[in-house]
Amino acid sequence: MKEEQAVLLYILRRVLSAISVVIVTLVASFALFFFAPTDPAGVICGPRCTPERVADIESSLGLDQPKVEQIALYMKGIVAGREYSTGGVVRHCDAPCLGYSYTLGQPVTKLIAAALPVTVSIVLGGAVVYLIVGIMAGTIAAQVRGTSLDRFVVGSTLVVQAIPYFVFALLIALYATFLPDSGYHPFLDNPFAWASGLLAAWLTIGVTNAASYTRYSRASMIEALGQDFVRTATSKGISRRRVVYRHGLRAGLTPVVTIFGIDLAFQLTGAIFTESIFNLPGIGLLTLRAFNQYDLPVLMGGVLIGSVVLVVMNLVVDIVYTVLDPRVRLG
Amino acid sequence: MSDQTPGAPTTVTRVPRDPSANEEAYLEVNDLQVQFPTADGLVRAVQGLSYSVPLRRTLAIVGESGSGKSVSSMAVLGLHDRKVARITGSIKVGGREVVNMSDKDLEGFRGGDAAMIFQDPQSSLHPYFTVGNQIMESYRAHNNVSKRAAKERAVDMLGRVGIPNPRRRVDQYPHEFSGGMRQRAMIAMALVNDPKLLIADEPTTALDVTVQAQILDLIADLQRDFGSAVVFITHDLGVVAEIADDILVMYAGTAVEHGPVNKILGQPLHPYAWGLLESIPALTGDPQPLHPIPGSPPSLLAVPSGCPFHPRCEFKDRVPDDWCTTLRPDLIPRTADLGRSSRCHLKDPDRIFETEILPRLP
Repeated sequence: MKEEQAVLLYILRRVLSAISVVIVTLVASFALFFFAPTDPAGVICGPRCTPERVADIESSLGLDQPKVEQIALYMKGIVAGREYSTGGVVRHCDAPCLGYSYTLGQPVTKLIAAALPVTVSIVLGGAVVYLIVGIMAGTIAAQVRGTSLDRFVVGSTLVVQAIPYFVFALLIALYATFLPDSGYHPFLDNPFAWASGLLAAWLTIGVTNAASYTRYSRASMIEALGQDFVRTATSKGISRRRVVYRHGLRAGLTPVVTIFGIDLAFQLTGAIFTESIFNLPGIGLLTLRAFNQYDLPVLMGGVLIGSVVLVVMNLVVDIVYTVLDPRVRLG
Repeated sequence: MSDQTPGAPTTVTRVPRDPSANEEAYLEVNDLQVQFPTADGLVRAVQGLSYSVPLRRTLAIVGESGSGKSVSSMAVLGLHDRKVARITGSIKVGGREVVNMSDKDLEGFRGGDAAMIFQDPQSSLHPYFTVGNQIMESYRAHNNVSKRAAKERAVDMLGRVGIPNPRRRVDQYPHEFSGGMRQRAMIAMALVNDPKLLIADEPTTALDVTVQAQILDLIADLQRDFGSAVVFITHDLGVVAEIADDILVMYAGTAVEHGPVNKILGQPLHPYAWGLLESIPALTGDPQPLHPIPGSPPSLLAVPSGCPFHPRCEFKDRVPDDWCTTLRPDLIPRTADLGRSSRCHLKDPDRIFETEILPRLP
């Protein structure tokens, strides 16, 4: 009972600190983008635009307000929603409002809500591939350490890692024509179409990341299998398989889980190459486009989502760690 | 170590303190060799080791680090990776040959008839599983019982090794146990299947002295209850005197002296055993400088020629014809007492011990 209270308290504390990290990130990126010498109103208006028209757009978007008020307005939008007027039409943007895209004519929240499931699908599906392949290959290599099979596995990981990621993605996109056409279909509409449309992207992320996960798992398993408690397990008379997979893998996987949590967070902030090459409208593609077109609200939204994902994943890793390793106490 | 208790197996006729008597050996090691090929050459960890232990007896294997005591004992349980270690000779446990046993048979054998207690209970218990879970796993590997029955057995065993409140303790993790309690849990795990052979590999080394004594008592008590043969590996001669019936002194992978405990500790015949006795600090009387054995144990990659102890032996000049550097002595009885043997070229070791070594001992 006491234990559970401690865990709840810990999570509460972590959530509060996570929120403050997100706010700091928000203010910093707001300052970075909005103090920059950009001209969003000019971009919206186009090349043949009168100064009056630009001023009109700026005032309707609130860009003529002091920066501090703009930040306050942005924050208020996240918490309570806000109003926008474009071209004389007033639109309401519900909370959490992340602003309004000048170039796409849509609320940023809606854009991100559409793009996030795509990126999550790509990244999680890819993670399933590289975790299974990497941990299996690493565990097997650790058991036959020093043999030609081990050297083959390690050599292959080096080759895969030596190929730049986008080259690999291009190779799959160009030559793996037997794979179904890639594209995003929502999972709830048609799970089969969802999976087949993402298969190429999953394979790309899976194979390229499997190389490093093979090496992490191999090193971690070699260390785990050399531990005294593995010798104790062997001395009990249980099968070698049980020794390796119950006692060795249990200890060997814990460090891999930590790396995975951090990797996953970074991948979720946008698989830009994968999304571009396989034409999947995820967060990466959205922010890339926003970057090219000075679409500051969308960029801000991307940064916000990125920081939230990072902070949340860190928290998740820490909590999972206490489940995996009973020696770790929250506090 | 009382005489045979009523109801115990009658095949063992025990004649205390006389190993030449006709006792049936439960563990019989014969000309055991363990070698590890490495990039630097062949490591000869154990070279021609022979000994036997009957039920209800305790053999202490004594020696410095790297003398081959742990390596030889791990071979008894078949714990070496056969892809790495070359093992020849014979190890018979209850009449079964271990050296060439199949992997499948080894699994049934390990932890069943023969079990092992390891040196450091902190690292030898799995940190991620509860103590009860680890004991249950051992029990269920050899007994087809339900989880519930296995847990009852684990609680029972924890109680038997003197862990208070075993029903609560069984669900705790090793890090929630103190060092001594952890070693008790280790012992409970080793004894859960009533093994007839128990190998204890320096079980008290990682523990403080008061806990050491408790663990030694526990092992002695349990041995009496279970009637097992015990091999006790240690480098602590004080421990040996308390617990062992016989001693095997190992040096550079071979036995250099073997015999009943009172004889070996009272009148050792090998210069290495003399060195071990001399290096025990005196706890009473005036403080005296320690007498460590000069030099360090030889590399097992290049064991010295002749007697492996000769580079550190202060008596090698008394042996004629450079035998010590050229001729490896046999492990043979050195006195009229057939129960003990030593591996040394010296003609009159008992006289040297009495006139030169004994006066130097504290």
